[in-house]
Amino acid sequence: MIFPDQEANRDVRIGVYICHCGSNIAGKVDVQDVAAFAQGLPNVVVSTTYKFMCSDPGQELIQNDIKEHQLTRVVVAACSPLMHETTFRKAAAAAGLNPFYVQIANIREHVSWVTATRDLATEKAKAMIAAAVERVALHTALERKQVDVHPDALVVGGGIAGIHAALTMANAGKKVYLVERDPSIGGHMAQLDKTFPTLDCSACILTPKMTDVKGHPNITLWAYSEVTAVEGFAGNFTVTVKRKPRYVNEDLCVGCDECIEGCVFKDGRVADEFNAGLSKRKPIYKPFPQATPSTVVIDPEACLMLSKGKCKQGCVEACERGALDFQQQTRYEQIDVGAIILATGYQTFDAGRMPEYGYGRLDNVLTSLEVERMVTSSGPTDGHIVCKDGTPPKSVGIVHCVGSRDKKHNAYCSKVCCMYSLKLAHLIKEHTGADVFNFYIDMRTPGKGYDEFYDRLLNEGVQFVRGRVAEVTDWAMTPEEEGKLVIRAEDTLIGTARRIPVDMVVLSVGLEPQADAEEVRRIFNIGCGKEGWFMERHPKLAPVSTFTDGVFVAGCCQGPKDIPDTVAQAGAAAAEALAMIDKGFVEIEPNTASVDADLCSGCKTCLPLCPFTAITRNEDQGVAQINEALCKGCGTCVAACPSGAIQQNLFTDEQIYQEIEGVLEYV
Amino acid sequence: MFDPNFEPRIVAFFCNWCTYTASDLAGTSRMTYAPNTRVIRLMCSGRLNPQFVLAAFRQGADGVLIGGCHPGDCHYQEGNYKTMRRVELLKRMVEQMGIEPQRLRLEWIAASEGDKVQRVTNEMVEQIKQLGPLNLDAIPQPEAGEQLEAVAAAEGVA
Repeated sequence: MIFPDQEANRDVRIGVYICHCGSNIAGKVDVQDVAAFAQGLPNVVVSTTYKFMCSDPGQELIQNDIKEHQLTRVVVAACSPLMHETTFRKAAAAAGLNPFYVQIANIREHVSWVTATRDLATEKAKAMIAAAVERVALHTALERKQVDVHPDALVVGGGIAGIHAALTMANAGKKVYLVERDPSIGGHMAQLDKTFPTLDCSACILTPKMTDVKGHPNITLWAYSEVTAVEGFAGNFTVTVKRKPRYVNEDLCVGCDECIEGCVFKDGRVADEFNAGLSKRKPIYKPFPQATPSTVVIDPEACLMLSKGKCKQGCVEACERGALDFQQQTRYEQIDVGAIILATGYQTFDAGRMPEYGYGRLDNVLTSLEVERMVTSSGPTDGHIVCKDGTPPKSVGIVHCVGSRDKKHNAYCSKVCCMYSLKLAHLIKEHTGADVFNFYIDMRTPGKGYDEFYDRLLNEGVQFVRGRVAEVTDWAMTPEEEGKLVIRAEDTLIGTARRIPVDMVVLSVGLEPQADAEEVRRIFNIGCGKEGWFMERHPKLAPVSTFTDGVFVAGCCQGPKDIPDTVAQAGAAAAEALAMIDKGFVEIEPNTASVDADLCSGCKTCLPLCPFTAITRNEDQGVAQINEALCKGCGTCVAACPSGAIQQNLFTDEQIYQEIEGVLEYV
Repeated sequence: MFDPNFEPRIVAFFCNWCTYTASDLAGTSRMTYAPNTRVIRLMCSGRLNPQFVLAAFRQGADGVLIGGCHPGDCHYQEGNYKTMRRVELLKRMVEQMGIEPQRLRLEWIAASEGDKVQRVTNEMVEQIKQLGPLNLDAIPQPEAGEQLEAVAAAEGVA
């Protein structure tokens, strides 16, 4: 196919650079043979190979050739363009060539790493390079657009990750919105008693940070709120936040709790979420004493006034400040931010999904989170670990890997359970003196001071049984099993099946993505991995970035991790967001579409196709026009235009036709 | 008819955000698969002009594979829905031209599904091997090549 552009490109002088990538490419692809082949392709002036094209000498090789051979185009056959396209564009630009005159042929990820034999890989590499050579001839000089970045930031999720990220950015002088869906920030860390391996009190180290958030002049804290929509792009997002009614005026409430006392219900009525359902709360409540903000909240389903419309309103009477407001409505607020950090956390595995362990069916089978609440002095049992009859257990079995490392549920390791099980074993022993048995598959205790903690537990007389637990049952086979829970497990170290009677069973439940992670990621236009965790841009080199520029991830929403890792990652996400904001602008890839008014028939086919409403009709001229600032460069309109009047930079029809020809014609 | 030595040539159009990334992941994970595909990167599967498919067939491709994000996951919100409609229509058209619709395949492959790139590629190569080479000249009148040109000229498939 001959296009008019090709005529204009007769002076095209192409250099082809084939990277060995050590043995990553050269081990499978005969690079010399490929270079000789490329030399014979149209417009190719020079074709050569180098050990590591991305290294400084590799880039210099290209730059020298650009000057020496007056190259006007460059093809680099190397790793994926998602890896090094920017590197080579910059190298070309430094030698005076427009960076968009560079095309990458992906002969590593798509060829050498996935092809069985050397012959086949060499052949495939040739076809990919031919396509790049054909296409690059039609490239045009383009410029990156710079767009100003809004200096404010949004953090979604008020657990320790969100708190740390928000504080870091606020301390750097940025205005930060922290949105949390629960009535208080704190997340799971607020529910924990002690933290491993140092055993420092979780609340003691968390609550000062929560107070800092509340008092920080740069942080706008919106608890009991959810993000419902995000529009825009890196540097300029418009975010809609739903602010759920608390039925209490946040500006008037001082958190004195008099209203809770005044409620017509003298006792709790509803399972208390914060205490993992182990206690009951009133319809008007504060999740926990250090809740931030300390504003109370009314549960509209349980409140008589809000559900039935009739109540003596003891709460209203009790509030001296008149803070209660049954008329409060859901509000929506719109904010503009430049960067977004997602720190939406995790949920624990539902132990009821493994009926063999009896959770929900047998008394005294508890989840680790329930025991965590029990052992906390402000918890539902005032810090006492007790069985249902109120007596302390004399023996406790802790079952590791509940829902984790299990192909029926989650194949992955939840990473924190071994360590928190050791911590609970220590606390149970300390509080009750009970015999504690840990049933584990493998002990996984890498981390600073972690294995030492394991060693300490071994010396504290906690027993370890290596093997997966088959069943927890109340069916006694011997008199000493009567009235006990019997844990049936294989002991793989002594090679026998065991029955161990205990008074209490703790199920160390794993970590799972939030139930609505899928909806949340759609709102923010990011990806999830197979398991449902938010996907990072690169597992090693861009661990807090996502495929959507300007959206970062921190904490367990990205995958299971403990508190130190979570805080470190939150700091990293804040640093990335700060770098973007402080740079002041983002560069937009110039792959936008444009309309050739002379060819446009004004048929309006393209108008409804654009999800960003970038296309409008110029009524005076009767043609479509594209707002370059709104165009994201998907090319959907280009493919649909019946007149061929729309073209997309970097992906013109002609360029793609040449690419098709390239992959098919030569090999 | 079946030629065990026949190696089909498949042109693949992958979207940048999901399937191209998945294909990179298959590489990083060293998942060996059939060498017959030649991947052309588009920003979105919605960029796929149906004529690209016809051009590929015309120039000797035995099959065309299109990869996009799962429904609801499109980086550009809904480009993949447009692709789905276009490809369904296109399958009917190529069938009328005498090209087996199985030679055209659309798959949703998320960025995390490197294994799916491997599986789909292998499956498709196997299927095209069963079908044999696409020989446009052997398709009875009207001249398939001319008809493809005519369709290309009509440009009415969007």
